[in-house]
Amino acid sequence: MARHTLTTGLLALGFVAFSGALTWHGLNAAPAVDRPAVELDAAAVERGAYLVKTMGCHDCHTPWTMGPRGPEPDMSRALTGHPADFVMPPPPPLPPGPWLWLGAATNTAFAGPWGVSFTANLTPDKETGLGNWTAETFIAMLKTGRHEGKGRAVLPPMPVQVYAELTEEDMRAVFAYLQSLAPVHNRVPQPIDPPEAGQ
Amino acid sequence: MTRRVRGAFAVVLAAWGCAVTLQAGLTAGADAPPVVAPVPDLAPARLAETGLYVDGQAGAIDARNQPFTPQYVLWTDGLEKQRWVYLPPGEAIDATDEHAWEFPVGTRFWKQFSRQGRPVETRFSWRTASGWVFASYMWNEDGTDARRADEAGVPGVIEVAPGRGHSIPSQTDCTACHGTERPSPLGFTALQLSSDRDPHAVHGEAVTPGMVTLDTLVAEGRLPGARADLLTRPPRIRASDPETRAVLGYLASNCGACHNGRGEIAAFGPTIREADLVVDGDAVARALVGQRTKWQIPGVPDGESVLVAPGDPDASAVLVRMRSRRPSSQMPPLGTVVRDEAAVDLVTRWIARGRVP
Repeated sequence: MARHTLTTGLLALGFVAFSGALTWHGLNAAPAVDRPAVELDAAAVERGAYLVKTMGCHDCHTPWTMGPRGPEPDMSRALTGHPADFVMPPPPPLPPGPWLWLGAATNTAFAGPWGVSFTANLTPDKETGLGNWTAETFIAMLKTGRHEGKGRAVLPPMPVQVYAELTEEDMRAVFAYLQSLAPVHNRVPQPIDPPEAGQ
Repeated sequence: MTRRVRGAFAVVLAAWGCAVTLQAGLTAGADAPPVVAPVPDLAPARLAETGLYVDGQAGAIDARNQPFTPQYVLWTDGLEKQRWVYLPPGEAIDATDEHAWEFPVGTRFWKQFSRQGRPVETRFSWRTASGWVFASYMWNEDGTDARRADEAGVPGVIEVAPGRGHSIPSQTDCTACHGTERPSPLGFTALQLSSDRDPHAVHGEAVTPGMVTLDTLVAEGRLPGARADLLTRPPRIRASDPETRAVLGYLASNCGACHNGRGEIAAFGPTIREADLVVDGDAVARALVGQRTKWQIPGVPDGESVLVAPGDPDASAVLVRMRSRRPSSQMPPLGTVVRDEAAVDLVTRWIARGRVP
């Protein structure tokens, strides 16, 4: 189990490095602020925007599409997570060997030993995003690696163990920025457990 | 043994005894079972150093540590449990808020998990001057010693069902249930220790002589600030029928640590608080009916999943998640890998009857 955890952790790190390398433009085009749900600190929002751009959040939480210059994040759907209308078929089985996991064309769905994970909607939509979260919920999620800070484990390839090292101030800044976005209703599918997960 | 050797041995023994006494005096008060904690606010390395036993070795429980059993227990995959509490002599629990007791510095709780008589894990909660310290101790194979588990937890220490292991929680998992902003012990409340015990409580355990109860705490003068009629009108979940009372009690002990309207997930899911249950449990139950949940029941149209759908167990997210022991959907999300069949049966019956008080 320990080896498995390490393997998935390394894969997640490797993936982030890889996808980070693919990120070359378009990251300043997040949806305009309509109505912040709460009073937000402008400096924190600015700092959060910088962190979100540079920490690779768009790599997975913004669906990618094939453009004239190759795959690129579709910033019209920035940070909205796996599109609800992009229904993934069951992942194909992998042959024996070192290939361990698969990713969707959108870079928002991933299949591996953990089952199938879908990236979350980070916009402040109350039903389907982070609209009901508080900064404390967000910080607890990053620190504990648990959904909403108390629930199921946050799944690979989210490198939550990396973000857990952020200062609390930076965590608050990221959250402030995310809360400043326009809410987008997009109900991301729930994760799918691996077949051997039990009852 | 010569007189000279005996003399030297006695000096060493006396010096050792002084050192232990000093540590005990610093950490828990002179009359307390000693806690050997060389680093302040760090739980001792061995369970035997927490003051649980008579002579600092795993074996006889120090009589100052009293057993107790809550009326509504937390399900832990059928493992057997024993619980003890140490309250510093002459100190009282601030019971002004009946549902949020404040414990005196030096208070300690232990909860031991065993399988077929063999101890597996003992959890330790210790109130120090700076707050609560939580730790778990993992027993060795022959049950002679338990050492503090790694703060990351220990997966699969004993098989509780084919292919499924009980895991010792991580430090962050400790706080997931006990809270971060205002951590507290669980299962030692006025309702849990009430003499008006629920005969239908799932996995209810008998109170035996010598156990701490609400009555013994009052008799010892441990609850200043409590209401005057605490014993003549002991706390009880106010429900209009026994089944609802038992269901709410189960949900309080197995869900209410997180789903209590406070903290990180205040905005999500149900709110099940003892303070509400003892006033109007029926109202707490009614609030579950039709309450939409972000977690979606497979097969239910998008956005229409609810916590409780009277008459329809399969459309009730509370029950669907109680039945699950798959990581993405199970509730509680940690501390259990085996479904609580007795509780599932109770809640299924309760929902299937089609009426909520």
